[in-house]
Amino acid sequence: MKDPAITPELIDKHGITPEEYEHILEILGREPNFTELGIFSVMWSEHCSYKNSRAELKKFPTEGDKILVKAGEENAGVLDIGGTMAVCFKIESHNHPSAVEPFQGAATGVGGILRDIFTMGARPVANLNSLRFGPIRGDSPEAKRNRVLLAGVVEGIAHYGNCIGVPTVGGEVVFDPSYNGNPLVNAFNLGILRHDQIRRGAASGVGNPVFYVGAKTGRDGLAGAAFASRDLTEESKEDRPAVQVGDPFMEKLLLEACLELFEHPEAVVGVQDMGAAGLTCSTIETASRGGSGIEVDLNLVPQRETGMTPYEIMLSESQERMLIIVKKGFEDEVRRIFAKWDLDAAEIGYVTDTGRTVIKVGDEVVADVPSRELADDAPLYHREVREPAGLKELQSYSYEAEFPTSPAADELSQQWVSLMGSPSLASKEWVYRQYDHQVQKNTVLVPGGDAAVIRIETDGGGERFIAMAADCNGRYCSLDPRRGSMIAVAESARNCTMSGALPIGCTDNLNFGNPHDPEVFWQFRESVEGLSEACRAFETPVTGGNVSLYNKNPKCSIDPTPVMAMVGLIEERGHITPSDFQSADHDIVLVGGEGSEMGASAYLYEIHGIKKGMPPEMNLEAEVKFQNAVRAVIHQGMVKSAHDISDGGLALALAESAIAGGIGFEVDLSGSTQRSDVLLFNETQGRAVLTVEPAQTESLLQQLQDAGIAAQSIGKTTEAADLQIKLAEATLSQPLTQLKAAYDEAIPAVMH
Amino acid sequence: MKFAVLQFPGSNCDQDCLRAVRNVMGQSARMVWHKEETLEPDETIIVPGGFSYGDYLRCGAIARFSPIMDAVKKAAANGQAVIGICNGFQILCEAGLLPGALVRNRDMHFICETVTLRVDNSRTKITAHMHDGELLRVPIAHGEGNYTVDADTLKEMESYGQIVFRYVDENGEATEAANPNGSVSNIAGVCNREGNVFGMMPHPERAAEILLGSDNGKKLFDSLLSA
Repeated sequence: MKDPAITPELIDKHGITPEEYEHILEILGREPNFTELGIFSVMWSEHCSYKNSRAELKKFPTEGDKILVKAGEENAGVLDIGGTMAVCFKIESHNHPSAVEPFQGAATGVGGILRDIFTMGARPVANLNSLRFGPIRGDSPEAKRNRVLLAGVVEGIAHYGNCIGVPTVGGEVVFDPSYNGNPLVNAFNLGILRHDQIRRGAASGVGNPVFYVGAKTGRDGLAGAAFASRDLTEESKEDRPAVQVGDPFMEKLLLEACLELFEHPEAVVGVQDMGAAGLTCSTIETASRGGSGIEVDLNLVPQRETGMTPYEIMLSESQERMLIIVKKGFEDEVRRIFAKWDLDAAEIGYVTDTGRTVIKVGDEVVADVPSRELADDAPLYHREVREPAGLKELQSYSYEAEFPTSPAADELSQQWVSLMGSPSLASKEWVYRQYDHQVQKNTVLVPGGDAAVIRIETDGGGERFIAMAADCNGRYCSLDPRRGSMIAVAESARNCTMSGALPIGCTDNLNFGNPHDPEVFWQFRESVEGLSEACRAFETPVTGGNVSLYNKNPKCSIDPTPVMAMVGLIEERGHITPSDFQSADHDIVLVGGEGSEMGASAYLYEIHGIKKGMPPEMNLEAEVKFQNAVRAVIHQGMVKSAHDISDGGLALALAESAIAGGIGFEVDLSGSTQRSDVLLFNETQGRAVLTVEPAQTESLLQQLQDAGIAAQSIGKTTEAADLQIKLAEATLSQPLTQLKAAYDEAIPAVMH
Repeated sequence: MKFAVLQFPGSNCDQDCLRAVRNVMGQSARMVWHKEETLEPDETIIVPGGFSYGDYLRCGAIARFSPIMDAVKKAAANGQAVIGICNGFQILCEAGLLPGALVRNRDMHFICETVTLRVDNSRTKITAHMHDGELLRVPIAHGEGNYTVDADTLKEMESYGQIVFRYVDENGEATEAANPNGSVSNIAGVCNREGNVFGMMPHPERAAEILLGSDNGKKLFDSLLSA
């Protein structure tokens, strides 16, 4: 088959602008051929080059004393956790593929992030995910479609993670109409490794052989990176071939074979997974990092379809493949290990000193491009920004002005049940029950609490614990992206703190609309600056992450959704603290005060359908101080359970801890001068509910107060299966079973 | 006691079983690759969970053709204890070492949660440290754990005490609601007539430490050690 001629239409179809094409002509000194045009198009897609976002991403703090591999250097960042051990983690999106093919889209999202981690030499030990869908209740075509998407995505994640044997230990699922037709699927993985096991993705050493290992190359996922870098439209369904097909069994073999090979560090020069842009990206990036060239022969690439053109082979995103630069002389060792696992290991080329990536078919050169320029000289855009029209007006909304008095006790009681039963706030057990969250036998705190906690067995029989939490409130971010993003960092850190951990680093997944829309790019910039400021305050460097733009449906852009996945370290077993009530007759302590802010709250949205107002204030200094104080009392062993107050306010936090523990409570807030509705449902930050044995309450309150943190005993846990909150004018009382039914049944009731 | 933990391509609870036996129980254990052909006559054999060969055809259907399975059959005939957990249970059924088969869960979803088991035969090698009717909290994690067997065989199994564990509620009743996957007669674990080959869907190795929520599974290993 003859390659098509390079016409302006073809260039445009590849998402390359006329200016970018001029730049290509300059770099090559000639016209590209069809294969080269394809290579440039994927390498310079937003997904691979971050051309629209790179300038902003430089604002993130990336340095710290625990950093072993920092953001942008390799496939994923690596953090020291003490002794000889380290963790490697990253989050990545698979939004567009999941929109058109939820099962495979989500499955391969998990597969892709796993490869990023084991490419670094780490054994993946925990998955998290952060998911967004349009509303799932009701009979509208959108709701039906959203249910199909939720079911498919969850099944896809379960399929891949369960099969490969990496526990999915936590995450979040939120529903909002802005995600209609454009769900978000962000998958996080964390791996563990010794410092001396860190592997790099650089091709060096002239003459060293380049091996292709893993699955064979097919036509699936052709140019998926380019597909992910444009708006989703009605026609996107026709892009289904751009979605890859995942095979977790193959990946399990690849994982074990790679880790077995890495036990022979002398044999391996560099490793790079073939993810986005497949063979193209892996050859060019390794060569670029190594300051070298690579020459490969496509005839030697294992293929599962016949008649594939060089263009197709180079742009395929078939899954479960890796590129390994092997030290000359160790070829047989590599072949032996991969043969044991019944995997292909084909020597497809070698490292050169030309600085060029040369692709041949037999003796014929089909592409010849400079490695470094392609990887590093991608276009860089500073997009126009403009605050969204009408935002100020939305922010100026006042709940108290529209609703001058609190509803009566009966109605508040009813609202409490409704909130517990709204899908975004309700139990996600229907979701995480489908994930194997215990394989590998290290999961200490299972999904459903504030942060997931896993054990790490260290050299010499010791142990450490890692806490992980992913958070983002898209409603906050839509109303004030800067503040909402700060809160995403604060909340994910707070969740780690509640489990007893010190936050040590994070990875972010920035999900936004089309960057060419100045209002969207304003949100993006505000968000990155908010995240950066908060990460500095918490001293949690960003170790890497992912940007997903062009998330919109025909009606609107998605709410800005900068998902923050925080990783925390717990040094001692005794510091691990659950979020559910542990026993009756413990005192309940409210830390951080009663709060007052109703803007952008879950209550406003879920009860009144209002998405307005200013999100709660985020005073970073105060938040850090608050978290340090809570962590300190946890470390002293005084705290039996700790749960942060976030969506839905104090009433939700209390009920969640009670339901999870199967324990009632009697809380007395009658001394408050605050309106009852505000008292129950406000989302002022920097607050938590702790339980403590009565003998220690005094000392706990004293310590928190000494640290300058408001703390008051507000009641106790009870044997009785009733949840009671005494207010100034009346008492709310709900049987545990009723709130639990609303909480547990919300999602199964519509998903069956 | 010496343990051999089999490792098929796609096994993913192999390391967990090895660690439970070695670190928690303090016993000697080795990993046996599926292409090997021999097992020692004094070894207790664990066929671990996972997705052998991706479970693509039918769970356990391909693994039973692995070279090591001939050695497992010989060991079983020799009276050695063989314990299949989750995917291992499926493999032993496919290999004809245990009666019945495991099909898709009743609700078609993968289920991961901690369930309550009742010991229905405390006279076996894996339940010697338990008593009849004892309740254990042990996690399950499977998509195809719905045990099925024909009525005649079930009757025969009952009469030989081959039903070892059942899914029950907190009162020890084998109710429909307590049955997570639709297994016939709430069956969670069985043994062969000779009482040396066992299969169970729940994961005792995951319930061997209080830190991870339950150490009830440890009793199974304690029982084996005292057998």
